[in-house]
Amino acid sequence: MSDQKVRLAPPLVWGILLPVIILLLSACATQPPVAALRGTGDLGVVIERADGRVQIVETSGRSVLAKVEGLGDLSHASVVFSRDGRYAFVFGRDGGLSKVDLLTATIVGRVMQAGNAIGGAISQDGRMVVAQNYAPGGIKAFDADTLELLADVAAEYGTEGKRSKVVGLADLPGNRFAYALFDADEIRVTDLSDPKHPVTQRFPAGRQPYDALVTPDGRHYIAGLFGEDGLAMLDLWQPEQGVRKILAGYGKGAEPLPVFKMPHLRGWAVAGGRAYLPAIGRHEVLVVDTRTWQEVARIPVKSQPVFVMARPDGREVWVNFAFPENGWVQVIDTLTQKVVDTLQPGRAILHMEFAPKGEMVWLSARDDNRVVVYDTATRKPVAGFDSASPSGIFFTSRAARTGF
Amino acid sequence: MKVPPLLAHVLVLVVAATAAAFASAADLTNSSNKDSTAVPDGQRARELVHLVRQDCGSCHGLTLAGGLGPALTPDALADKPAEGLVATVVGGRPGTPMPPFRGIVSEREAEWIVEQLMRGFPADGGPALAGGAN
Ligand code: HEC
Repeated sequence: MSDQKVRLAPPLVWGILLPVIILLLSACATQPPVAALRGTGDLGVVIERADGRVQIVETSGRSVLAKVEGLGDLSHASVVFSRDGRYAFVFGRDGGLSKVDLLTATIVGRVMQAGNAIGGAISQDGRMVVAQNYAPGGIKAFDADTLELLADVAAEYGTEGKRSKVVGLADLPGNRFAYALFDADEIRVTDLSDPKHPVTQRFPAGRQPYDALVTPDGRHYIAGLFGEDGLAMLDLWQPEQGVRKILAGYGKGAEPLPVFKMPHLRGWAVAGGRAYLPAIGRHEVLVVDTRTWQEVARIPVKSQPVFVMARPDGREVWVNFAFPENGWVQVIDTLTQKVVDTLQPGRAILHMEFAPKGEMVWLSARDDNRVVVYDTATRKPVAGFDSASPSGIFFTSRAARTGF
Repeated sequence: MKVPPLLAHVLVLVVAATAAAFASAADLTNSSNKDSTAVPDGQRARELVHLVRQDCGSCHGLTLAGGLGPALTPDALADKPAEGLVATVVGGRPGTPMPPFRGIVSEREAEWIVEQLMRGFPADGGPALAGGAN
């Protein structure tokens, strides 16, 4: 026992000390990591959706490099990358558009551009990022360097100036953008090559398009329809032919099941001359030949698919599912068109992202607060790390792909 | 044993910070539980809050400020009759993406959810604990 009493400093000293300590601590937290010179080809971001934060990750050592806070409401956030793979443009639900430098782990630009947003895209030349908005419905183009507003294209429809929610925005060759209007049953293509004078073409699409994709070559734009059995396909090389329905009547008149989560469509659906598409309200993946656009197969799966993603080599397609079956992932063999594996990587698997050449896939397990990494050859977990309520995972390899 | 003064200072700081953190956490739980009707018990209430924030949130937004579905904030719901909203949660709205949650939440739980929505929905305490009623 000590015979000497511990003397605490008087309040005045504390009054000086505390702010200094806090200042020092917060300085540590915001200081960009002093990184060695490095490339960005193996970088990515993981959205921590509940905390308005992203983790910057690298896929070679499968580690978290840094965290960036202050990005707002990130439910349904999505990310596109600058063409040099250095900057991530993060589109938040609350209309925030943030430009994050992956190398310094800092926010280098941020604008509040809408009341309610759903994602975005980057132009072919990389000079423009475009946000798609629910409210006010429309798209907005920003300078990728400065985030200065370049164009504001309202998704107006009807005669009373109503504006539709915009879904399925995709970049096209020629600094054009395709998107769909949920409330107006249309596909639109806006040419932003001269942002001061946007030119928009309209195409009737079918009832309630909910998301869309452009094929990796930039030729075919396909919108999923919530309000009917079928998808709307526009051949962008021959737009004058208008929208064609594909897989029409895939439900064969049967009532769809309640849909607890809208599926997501992207160019990753295309593999080996076929597109693998989620059947909305059904426990099926639909397979269509991308030359003839005829149905090739329908594959029964565990539940309602959300993401149907081909491994980059196209040999397999991985599928996750809507609430309440969102703990499952299934793997489809693209030669036999059959499910060959059923996995349980964690609770509430919200998203998957393949490494650029497909040897591993990262999955976000929201309710486990984990990101898990699977080896796609063994289909076994090989790594993982903590992440608070993770949702989207985005790797910089997207920077070089049309439709991402 | 002589406690080095620096250690003592650090200890005071840590204790103070922890106390502050606990105080604010307690505050949060108190305010969110203040008026709750006793329908779902603690564990189930936590599950329902998580369900609404996350899985209703995929359409209505995590903050419930709206998305594909409209805002479910107290302001937005103020002049809508609760029974209608409960019926929407249980039975969905045919022709729109609003799905029926019948079978996932009971009628009484739907009432509780709507009540909480109209009051300002509690913060998410996370998913049900592993091994819970899942
Ligand atoms: C798949 C998307 C989706 C999910 C999931 C979803 N909703 Fe909805 N919800 C909607 C849409 C769209 C509407 C608007 C329907 C319309 O046009 O009338 C709506 C409407 C509502 C309304 C009526 C609001 C009003 O102002 O009249 C309530 C209440 C509601 N939802 C509650 C919930 C709750 C609670 C959950 C989760 C248990 C939930 N929703 C999950 C899409 C969804």
